[in-house]
Amino acid sequence: MTDNKVIEVKGLHKSFGDNHVLKGIDAVITKGEKVVILGPSGSGKSTFLRCLNCMEDPTGGSVIFNGVDIADPKVDINVHRQKMGMVFQHFNLFANKTVIENIMMAPIYVGKKKLKKEKNYNKASKKALKESVYAKAMELLKKIGLEEKADAYPSQLSGGQKQRVAIVRALCMEPEVMLFDEPTSALDPEMVGEVLEVMKNLAAQGMTMVVVTHEMGFAREVASRVVFMDEGVIEEDGTPEEIFDNPKSERLKSFLSKVII
Amino acid sequence: MGNFSFRFETFWDILVNKGGYRDVITGLQNTMTIAVVGLLVGIVIGTLIATARVLPKYKRIVRMLDSVCKFYVGLFRGTPMVVQLLVFYYVLLPLMGLRFPSVVVAMIVFGLNSGAYISEIMRAGILSVDPGQLEGARSVGFSYSAAMIKVVIPQAIKNILPTLGNEFIALVKETSVVSFVGAMDLYLAFQRIGAGTYEFMIPYLAMAVIYIVVICLITIGIKIMERSLRKGDR
Ligand SMILES: Nc1ncnc2c1ncn2[C@@H]1O[C@H](COP(=O)(O)OP(=O)(O)O)[C@@H](O)[C@H]1O
Ligand SMILES: [Mg+2]
Repeated sequence: MTDNKVIEVKGLHKSFGDNHVLKGIDAVITKGEKVVILGPSGSGKSTFLRCLNCMEDPTGGSVIFNGVDIADPKVDINVHRQKMGMVFQHFNLFANKTVIENIMMAPIYVGKKKLKKEKNYNKASKKALKESVYAKAMELLKKIGLEEKADAYPSQLSGGQKQRVAIVRALCMEPEVMLFDEPTSALDPEMVGEVLEVMKNLAAQGMTMVVVTHEMGFAREVASRVVFMDEGVIEEDGTPEEIFDNPKSERLKSFLSKVII
Repeated sequence: MGNFSFRFETFWDILVNKGGYRDVITGLQNTMTIAVVGLLVGIVIGTLIATARVLPKYKRIVRMLDSVCKFYVGLFRGTPMVVQLLVFYYVLLPLMGLRFPSVVVAMIVFGLNSGAYISEIMRAGILSVDPGQLEGARSVGFSYSAAMIKVVIPQAIKNILPTLGNEFIALVKETSVVSFVGAMDLYLAFQRIGAGTYEFMIPYLAMAVIYIVVICLITIGIKIMERSLRKGDR
């Protein structure tokens, strides 16, 4: 845990069959940073983000999280993923579980494993675990104003509510970094704001965040660093001012001219 | 019709006064236990096979496992249940030096057989669940198997419940072959009643009615279960 690096990516490559998507990416994400990733569709933004928690196995290079190369197949990825929250474009809430169950499931699963390891797995300790996770889950739900939806099923929520619950589900694991893959792209326009609001609060609390988004306003306001990806490489990397007001590469200029009206 | 009422009286006499009902009850019990145990064993085997067959096929061991599963499914779907029953009872078990009661052998064979069918049903069910569900579960740190057990398979089962119900009904009906290995079932019970008087019309009619009633009841049960499982879709 030297020098505040949360994630360090070295020489990352990813291919799907013959499709060479990521062509050597090096990046460092330090504690508390808010990195926004921009780039045209198909440039490999999602693939890059999904390699950060090894939802996609990199075909080359390393992803060092808290000093451990999690791209190494011998590493127990599940343990590390518990500390890396991920928010998806399509929410991916568990359809067969209520809101509160969605949030509590993973912390309880992890907590029970821990109790078993400590040889302290009994009725009382299980009950205490459930109560503490429930309290934490309800507190988080309250913060996003959805405590009255605790017993609703995801199908009974609006898109914006689903995404806020998905963020809380990830937060309840107390992650060290949050990865967002176009969290507002599947939402109706009037619901984008409520999700961005939750993300801004999270940023203000000091969470380390990596966000793929097309919300340029959010990038300008929240990002400490903006990364522009194109054709599987990082084309440009800088502060929001450098990227938006002073783009250097032709590709970034042409990209910005298309997205900023 | 006088003839009919005479036949009915004879049948009733054997069924009620001469203890024929005992065979019927035993037969019905056997039919239901064989079908239920067969279904449960089949769900376990079918889920294991289906899960093995939807694994990403990068590794050689997974592809080998897939071939073994395919062979198993092909074998059990490619032969009639009655043949499997006879082979198990008269060939495989004696060769292994084992002897089980015929009802137990029937449960095993029904489980193995329905496992093959249910694996195909379950595979379709698993594939019908949005891949995002598995991703969501993996992203919070569930292992592949925990994610499958807690999130994907419950949704798959909900999706395939009507088909699973049909499989159960098929199993109930197929129990009418277990008398081939000497187990009491509805067919054997009524066949014996008929054999007492060489009069089979009423006994077989009664057998048909019992099957229809049992299957109607099962169908209603499945409908109720489906409704209660549909909570998440409101
Ligand atoms: N699971 C996958 N299997 C095969 N190809 C994929 C997969 N995921 C992404 N790709 C390919 O990788 C490339 C980059 O995709 P992606 O990372 O989703 O881009 P972006 O998020 O920037 O739009 C695309 O050509 C896409 O077809
Ligand atoms: Mg994408």
